[in-house]
Amino acid sequence: MSTTQVQAGQVGANKKLQVEKRKLPLGVRENLIGYLFLLPWFLGLFTLTIGPMLGSLYLSFTRYDLLSAPQWIGLQNFIAMFSDIRFLDALRVTAIYVVLSVPLKLAVALLVALALNKGLRGLGIYRAVYYVPSLLGGSVAIAILWRQIFGQNGIVNQGLALLGIHGLSSWVADPNTSVYTLIILAAWQFGSPMLIFLAGLKQIPGEMYEAAGIDGAGPFSKFLQITLPLLTPIIFFNLVLQMIGAFQAFTPAFIVSSGSGGPYDSTLFYTLYIYQQGFGYFHMGYASAMAWVLLMIIALFTAVAFTSSRFWVFYQDER
Amino acid sequence: MRTYQVARPVVRWPKVLIHICLIVGAVLMMYPVVWMLSASFKPENAIFSDPGLLPKQFTFQNYVSGWTALATPLGFGTFFWNSFLVSVGAVIGNVISCSMAAYAFARLKLKFRPLWFAIMLGTVMLPYHAIVVPQYILFKSVGWINTFLPLIVPKFLATDAFFIFLMIQFMRSLPRELDEAAKMDGCGPIRLFWRVILPLTTPALVTTAIFTFIWTWSDFFSQLIFLNTLQIYTLPVALRTFLDSTGTSSYGGLFAMSILSLLPIFGFFLAFQRLLTEGISTTGMKG
Repeated sequence: MSTTQVQAGQVGANKKLQVEKRKLPLGVRENLIGYLFLLPWFLGLFTLTIGPMLGSLYLSFTRYDLLSAPQWIGLQNFIAMFSDIRFLDALRVTAIYVVLSVPLKLAVALLVALALNKGLRGLGIYRAVYYVPSLLGGSVAIAILWRQIFGQNGIVNQGLALLGIHGLSSWVADPNTSVYTLIILAAWQFGSPMLIFLAGLKQIPGEMYEAAGIDGAGPFSKFLQITLPLLTPIIFFNLVLQMIGAFQAFTPAFIVSSGSGGPYDSTLFYTLYIYQQGFGYFHMGYASAMAWVLLMIIALFTAVAFTSSRFWVFYQDER
Repeated sequence: MRTYQVARPVVRWPKVLIHICLIVGAVLMMYPVVWMLSASFKPENAIFSDPGLLPKQFTFQNYVSGWTALATPLGFGTFFWNSFLVSVGAVIGNVISCSMAAYAFARLKLKFRPLWFAIMLGTVMLPYHAIVVPQYILFKSVGWINTFLPLIVPKFLATDAFFIFLMIQFMRSLPRELDEAAKMDGCGPIRLFWRVILPLTTPALVTTAIFTFIWTWSDFFSQLIFLNTLQIYTLPVALRTFLDSTGTSSYGGLFAMSILSLLPIFGFFLAFQRLLTEGISTTGMKG
């Protein structure tokens, strides 16, 4: 039975449907309906995901500016990357951002989750206040705010002036500090890993702590011996998720640097450079090659995380 | 007994300390946003000279000047409307397409299900940047650049696999007996979906709808790429244009419009606070 006939199951077609039902074995019929429900997803998968992935793989071996047909140049795009100073800048900036922002964000998230897990009053309010930045943080509005906070007359310099430190210049305009303002912005959005940690902490049975207490364990060793090992699956989950997200960060760097990645490429995130190459200079081939390299880098890091998890992620036997 | 008497005061004191730390932390966290809110009501020349959170001189001028800063007939209303259209379109698309796919994965017989499921999970992790160039070329070839279609149509094709996964998890928790009972009553798989499974999945659908709305509302990258004329700009792109046109000279109007653009997100948060914070804890939402 075809999909159109399933949809046409109105009063008139009912009899015909019943006949067809008998003709087709139930298993086949169910499979057809299953695939019918998956149809939109299949369309999207092939036209908008797998197709474009193969397309960008092909384009990565070409020179293509949207105007004339793609021209096959073999591995030239990939070779060009290694002598492209801006590409190397982008790699370096992104590496700094990922390596610093992810652990910082997770550490703050875990710390606050631990504090909130003490059975405090007003948990709901704290949870809400700490979570809000996660919802707002990705927006252009907050990036605009950040640009001001760390600007020459921004809140940070105003606060430092109160402490007697005067005459500081803008933090976002200084190539030595600009990327760190973005790392702080990432850490500010620790809310959603915090909530996941909090849910994980609630799963740890209280008897374990009681038993450890009887054995004379202090709060610090309880944390090291019970909390941390039992939390490793959640730390792992948050780590992978945040890492993949951090590699793809775009908006704050774009807004803070007005799209330039400056000053001196100090905020040139990898994705921002892809954008500049692809949609600024219309080097579609080069941008595609960069996109595939990014894909490989993310896949590599994810694979390393999964392989290493065998050695440090602790799964309880009951599961 | 004695251990209790000794332990009690020791346990109590840190709690106060924790509260103090948490309150200080919360104030620090919220300070930038509250500061921007306050600055949006200060006269332009007082934004940097008046450090107080309560404006000495209260004005709506920034909202007036900001609203009309970019040359569109309805001022920023145009961009709000555009963002609203795109976000609502994305919500409808995601709710329909992801729930259909999730139902197939969670409840229906499906040959090669493990394969499709693995592919689906793989696409959750796929960076958008890896496919954006060919997508751009594709949408350009069908004349969709400068329309909302590249931002909405993919949602109707379940490209946000993350939400499929979320709904699968939810549907799997529904008792199998429901299906059996429905089958006994002569209810086919399509009616089972529409009459039984979908209504019971409402919490996951609402979570999907809210997050789709918020993420589309504040998404910048794809809107920057696909929208090139002022009349169809969405809020994030309009704010960026506003920022570039005024530079650092006039922050008042920029802050005012930034605050307005955050209001819907804030509204959703206040209305669905519990659902959002709890939804994340149970499903492990990214973001």
